[in-house]
Amino acid sequence: MRRAVVIGAGLAGLVAGVRLAEGGMRVTMVAKGVGSLTLSPGVIDVLGYAPGRVDSPREALGAFVAERPDHPYARIGADALEEALAWFTDRVPQMRYRGDGPRNLLLPTAVGVPRPTALAPASMAGADLRGGGRFVVVGLSGLKDFFPRLLADNLARADLPSGAMVGARHAEITASPRPGRADVAGQVYARALDDPAFRGEFAAALRGLAEPGETILLPAVLGMARAGEVFDELQERVGAPIAEVPTVPPSVAGMRLNTELTGAFARAGGRVVLGVEAVGATGSDGRISEVLVRDAARTRALPADAVVLATGGFSAGGIALDSYGGLHEVVLDLPVAGPPAGVAPLSERHLDHQPLMASGVAVDGMLRPVGPGGEPVWDNLHAAGTIVAGAEPWREKSGEGIAIAGGFRAAGAILEET
Amino acid sequence: MTHPLHELMRDSLDHCVKCTICETYCPVAAATPLFPGPKYVGPQAERYRGGDANADASLDYCSSCGICTQVCPQGVKIAEINSQAKAELAQRRGVSLRDRLIARPTLAGWMGAPVWPVANWTTSFGPFRLLLEKVLRIHRKAPMPRWAGRTFQSRTRSRRKAPDPAAPQRKVVFFHGCAANFYEPGTASMAVQVLEHNGLEVIIPKQGCCGLPLQSNGQYDAARAYVRRLAAQLAPYARAGHDIVATSTSCGLMLKREAHEILGVDDDDLRVVSERMFDICEYLVMLDERGELKRDMQPVDMEVPYHAPCQQRGHGVGTPAMELMAMVPGLRASQVDAVCCGVAGTYGLKAEKYDIAMEVGRSLFDQVRASGAALSVCDSETCRWQIAAATDRPSVHPVEMLHRAYGLG
Repeated sequence: MRRAVVIGAGLAGLVAGVRLAEGGMRVTMVAKGVGSLTLSPGVIDVLGYAPGRVDSPREALGAFVAERPDHPYARIGADALEEALAWFTDRVPQMRYRGDGPRNLLLPTAVGVPRPTALAPASMAGADLRGGGRFVVVGLSGLKDFFPRLLADNLARADLPSGAMVGARHAEITASPRPGRADVAGQVYARALDDPAFRGEFAAALRGLAEPGETILLPAVLGMARAGEVFDELQERVGAPIAEVPTVPPSVAGMRLNTELTGAFARAGGRVVLGVEAVGATGSDGRISEVLVRDAARTRALPADAVVLATGGFSAGGIALDSYGGLHEVVLDLPVAGPPAGVAPLSERHLDHQPLMASGVAVDGMLRPVGPGGEPVWDNLHAAGTIVAGAEPWREKSGEGIAIAGGFRAAGAILEET
Repeated sequence: MTHPLHELMRDSLDHCVKCTICETYCPVAAATPLFPGPKYVGPQAERYRGGDANADASLDYCSSCGICTQVCPQGVKIAEINSQAKAELAQRRGVSLRDRLIARPTLAGWMGAPVWPVANWTTSFGPFRLLLEKVLRIHRKAPMPRWAGRTFQSRTRSRRKAPDPAAPQRKVVFFHGCAANFYEPGTASMAVQVLEHNGLEVIIPKQGCCGLPLQSNGQYDAARAYVRRLAAQLAPYARAGHDIVATSTSCGLMLKREAHEILGVDDDDLRVVSERMFDICEYLVMLDERGELKRDMQPVDMEVPYHAPCQQRGHGVGTPAMELMAMVPGLRASQVDAVCCGVAGTYGLKAEKYDIAMEVGRSLFDQVRASGAALSVCDSETCRWQIAAATDRPSVHPVEMLHRAYGLG
């Protein structure tokens, strides 16, 4: 059986891992820790800004990559992206992803800013702001870091497509799994709502809050392992439409997605080793034969016929900056494509264009990291996710799309090579 | 808590981005509001420590399972920092008689072994357990092992061979740990037979306690003395080139990593022992990778739930027990979806923590019961005792399944 090693357990690594394992390979995923997917809001961004707000990623993508020939989407291609997204939503049926064909939804963030996103769990899709609507944002008095009034105020002055009128007010309920506490975390509510007893109390508190025509917006804590059941039952018992709004981390929706995807990986026969660090590789004739991993006692060699590097970019620790300003890829010391000479690596405002944060490895059409001349560093090494240079997911709202399409494409290239 | 490595552990704090992943994976925080989570008591509270005043004492509810360090994507040594802070808290409060006793498995072992039938009768005698709970605060329902009479050490005196630098490859050293010595010599014997079946000669040197329970109960000086003594006993074998194989995953991990990273023990004996230390399942899978594992397994027609204990995960070697069981024809092993059984060595024995430990393990116990299997499989001793008591069916070491498959007994 051919063996693959996936380095990194985030969205890109998991997607590659599932596809490789389903494709019949023996896959070992090694990671320093749990992937940041658990922190994500659970929606699937594909292309939200280019730089103006994007209504249809499918229509916008052609011009977008034409202007950015080094962007990961330019390597992957629009068709592969769509194929990957369809494959992905089939792998995580419990998330019940919904979209609007080629068009973006417009969903409120935790602070009530409209976020263009391609796919969202059914439990969130009802908050779509494109057609306007009337909302009552319901806070949970014990939940930390969720502010219904701020959300409602921001929604009421949100930048929406012309003609979309939004009315929003706020309310609060006190039902809590830990009464008397003001700092209860989202996962505590979510696990408690899996239990029918607390769910009943919670539903009773919500009943009558919404006026006719209003949608109830709640923080995304409606169930963990049984989220689908919790959502359906609450909506039915409350008698009004409900939609979840993503929270700041800890993000229950991100945890649900991570659980379902790691479950799919395990069912396909993949194995995960957490808490270890990949520190290098050995190989010959242009091919990696072993990935070196530091475990509790020593450095061990994991045999590999193919490798997927999905360690994440600068913020995740896949790329490091030394005190001389040099950029390094931390596992395999691959060449790094950083800001061109003469370009300031960072700009003043946090969410602006930040060339340093877009640094990563340059790849070919099979997503193999390449050297300065464009030749692959290793024939059987592929990269996916934010370790690939050229994207600014925080500005483009493209992170999940790049991760899913990249992981899918990297795995595809490996499976084709038999 | 001043040793150079402590500063190294503390430095890892700077990598904490407060992402909350450790909080969402912590099995204790999910089970009780008394524990606010590893980030809260660790990376957040650490800046208040070190002076005369004290940070939040809810830290005491940490079970030291180590899951937080394993899941941290930034490499923060959360469990190690919290273990050290817990030891400081214990020293400040004074270590109770109970915590001194349960931290010394050899003491209870030697006290019970000569009078084992009486010892076993008392620990299963309700009124005595009630007294134990009142006086010592050891929970009356907490799982207790049964003394086996003669120790494994005394049964295997003939195997106390000297190191053999001439043929280190063919001979392995078996590190059995205290639990096997006093309570489960049968498991240890099966491990020896499985190794011998694979053509290895097994040396069982004189060996003491690794000090892990002392470390978990905040008695670092004693723990260092124990682990140094043990490392000195095993080091000559490691230096001669013998691999050391352990059935006790937590004690093996103590020698691989924890004595160094948590206790700050930094000497040559420990270093050579660490490099040669293998968990038995890890070792057998490694033999298989080299084509040296015997595959003459007979069918074992069974369905078994397997739990990979926290300390086993800490080795960073995947789940070799699952790989070994997959080699046995007819054996259908499935890994339970749970991170911790709750007992965490001695945590679940304590009267004030027993209920939390049972809540931590609840989903695991439910899954084992729902499987309908006659037994469950788990690598660590105290976890097996906890799971067996909570599910009313035996829990065995994975090597026992191989022992069956090889037709060795």
